[in-house]
Amino acid sequence: MSLLIEGSQAVAEAVALCRPEVIAAYPISPQTHIVEQLSRKVKQGGMGCCQFLNVESEFAALSVLIGASASGARTYTATSSQGLLFMAEAVYNAAGLGLPIVMTIANRAVGAPINIWNDHSDSMALRDAGWIQLFAEDNQEAVDLHIQAFHLAEELSCPVMVCMDGFVLTHAYEPVELPSSTQVDEYLPSFKPVQVLDPDDPASIGAMVGPEAFTEVKYLSHRQHLRALELIPELTETFEQRFHRRSGGLCSPYRLEDADIAVIALGSVIGTIKDAVDELRREGMAVGCVKIGCYRPFPTLQLRALLAGVARVIVVEKDLAVGVGGIVSADIQLALQGRQTPVHTVIAGLGGRSISKASLTQMVRDARAERLSDPHFLGLNWMVINQELARRQETRRAGPMAEQLLRAVNAIGVKVV
Amino acid sequence: MSTQRIKFYQTGTFTAGNRLLDEATRTVQSRMDRTNSLNSGHRACQGCGEALAARYAIDAAMRASHNHLIAVNATGCLEVFSSPYPESSWQIPWMHSLFGNAPAVASGVAAAFRAKGRDDVKVIAQGGDGATVDIGFGCLSGMFERNDDVLYMCYDNEAYMNTGIQRSGATPPFARTNTTQAVGEHPGNPLGTGKNLPRIAMTHGIPYVATASVADLHDLESKVTKAIGLRGARYIHFHVPCPLGWGSDPAHTMKVARLAVESGLFPLFEAEFGKVIGSTPIRHKVPVERYLELQTRFKHLFGPPADTGAIAAIQAMADENITVYGLLE
Repeated sequence: MSLLIEGSQAVAEAVALCRPEVIAAYPISPQTHIVEQLSRKVKQGGMGCCQFLNVESEFAALSVLIGASASGARTYTATSSQGLLFMAEAVYNAAGLGLPIVMTIANRAVGAPINIWNDHSDSMALRDAGWIQLFAEDNQEAVDLHIQAFHLAEELSCPVMVCMDGFVLTHAYEPVELPSSTQVDEYLPSFKPVQVLDPDDPASIGAMVGPEAFTEVKYLSHRQHLRALELIPELTETFEQRFHRRSGGLCSPYRLEDADIAVIALGSVIGTIKDAVDELRREGMAVGCVKIGCYRPFPTLQLRALLAGVARVIVVEKDLAVGVGGIVSADIQLALQGRQTPVHTVIAGLGGRSISKASLTQMVRDARAERLSDPHFLGLNWMVINQELARRQETRRAGPMAEQLLRAVNAIGVKVV
Repeated sequence: MSTQRIKFYQTGTFTAGNRLLDEATRTVQSRMDRTNSLNSGHRACQGCGEALAARYAIDAAMRASHNHLIAVNATGCLEVFSSPYPESSWQIPWMHSLFGNAPAVASGVAAAFRAKGRDDVKVIAQGGDGATVDIGFGCLSGMFERNDDVLYMCYDNEAYMNTGIQRSGATPPFARTNTTQAVGEHPGNPLGTGKNLPRIAMTHGIPYVATASVADLHDLESKVTKAIGLRGARYIHFHVPCPLGWGSDPAHTMKVARLAVESGLFPLFEAEFGKVIGSTPIRHKVPVERYLELQTRFKHLFGPPADTGAIAAIQAMADENITVYGLLE
């Protein structure tokens, strides 16, 4: 049944269909609508014996799930931005312990300056924590990825983040096909933990491990991620057979056949990129794009194969490795190792700045004409930057930068392309 | 036939030997069927008060829960000395996650069993004073206010001993640690700092709060047994000497612990729903010097010249406890 429904509500319904037993959550925008809806459903008695814990921090939220998952319960939480960083220590811990927790990341910028809008800085900061990271292109995919995520996590004993763009997806109303509980029950087996706190069969979980075995423990985590690269396409296939639509997967090409230029991105911006590709194709430019659906583990070989015929790659990423440039582009460069394909890094959409189709088509034209700086900051307001740099030259005690920039922007006015 | 009348000075307290008690009231630790849940062979230091308290506490908890117990452990001495893989000393299901999250992990364990409809399993969380009063305090307070079904046990040795004796929020005034050295104008830990976690726990209005000491292991066991029999958030604060950090003779652990109690510096009491319901009286009040002089962490107070002002301030703390908890009544 197709419903016009808010992204967060749709995800909450999908999570509820997966029958989690323990949910712990702490409020942070733009994730809150998801857990509000889940808490309502639990309180109404619509989710069986599921326990919903209102905890005092994100660190506690994930810690509660660590205890619950180690006790054999299916577990879920959602967070964003500062919340994800506040739980960072537990994020690594859950992965190191091999606990199949599923967490939605409503992607949001990380401060300072404080900013509630969308980019990918939060999940990128935790990309190497040992969690599988799936990125949703639209709300239908967000729904479907959650159902796949529980399957994937529990099959591998590895936690999974389902990343969806904050506000852009979480607060957007789109028609979404919600599966029936029978469909989900048939697709998602019951949780059979590989380790469990059981008084009848005592085990020590989380013991200290020294140099004699630490590398081996880490290698086995790595192996699980490599296994995920095999399992995700299988799960996508099974999902398509059962639910009659294609969702998820490692990476998906769009109009890539005979393309000279490939634009690569994650998340909801793929929709705008596809529109830009269509427009450029109409103009006769051989452009395609690739959506990275699974960012961790990184589908290196799959991308290498997909990009075999491409002469130029543009990575559009909503994050920034300060002092370096792109994060996703570094992975892409590794995937293209030994080839001469130029890889352009375009930093775009930071802190919720909109990425328009016009700016993307211009970006592709500039790349082809070798006019992109490296990294290229899409839509950077040079007038404001130069003004602030000059001001800082004049006086040592220049004051807080963000406030000065805002003042300058308001004086000059913002041009949104 | 000539007889000699034996006078038992300890009559009326639980410190009496088990042989003086009827079988039902003897310690769990004296029973043949004790579970040795924290088994021998671990790597605690000689004279470790924490290992002693944990051994008695966990075996008592096991007995009280009919061997249906799960323990969550914060990072710290207890976790490190008991668990180097594959030589875990734990004979019960035991989990260590992080330094600051043991109360939340335990809440999660309890929630999972509630979700599965099982009420036969008891959950304990444990940590040192650093894990409890400092880094894990937020999670602990959250666990308390939600009244989650967890017994939290703090082994208070009054500093970060696992990392090499640094000050915690439970370090007493004037104590020397490696971050409050006995140098400068005010040697040792500053007076007027630190927090009293049993009192803070009480203000959450939780069903049970108690203090206990390795000086009175029978009392310690009985408080654990009582706490395990209750539901909701419960808290027990154990005073456990650390020979390494305190600079006391490992052979004097019990003596040092007893003097802390007998001086009034560590009051033994129980509280229910935020109200003190009873305390253990002091039999022979001793001046705080008797306790302080056995520990090199307070050596600078004895000079020369002696810091009579500091000793008087510590004595005032003990006297305050005696008044507040009615320890001489």
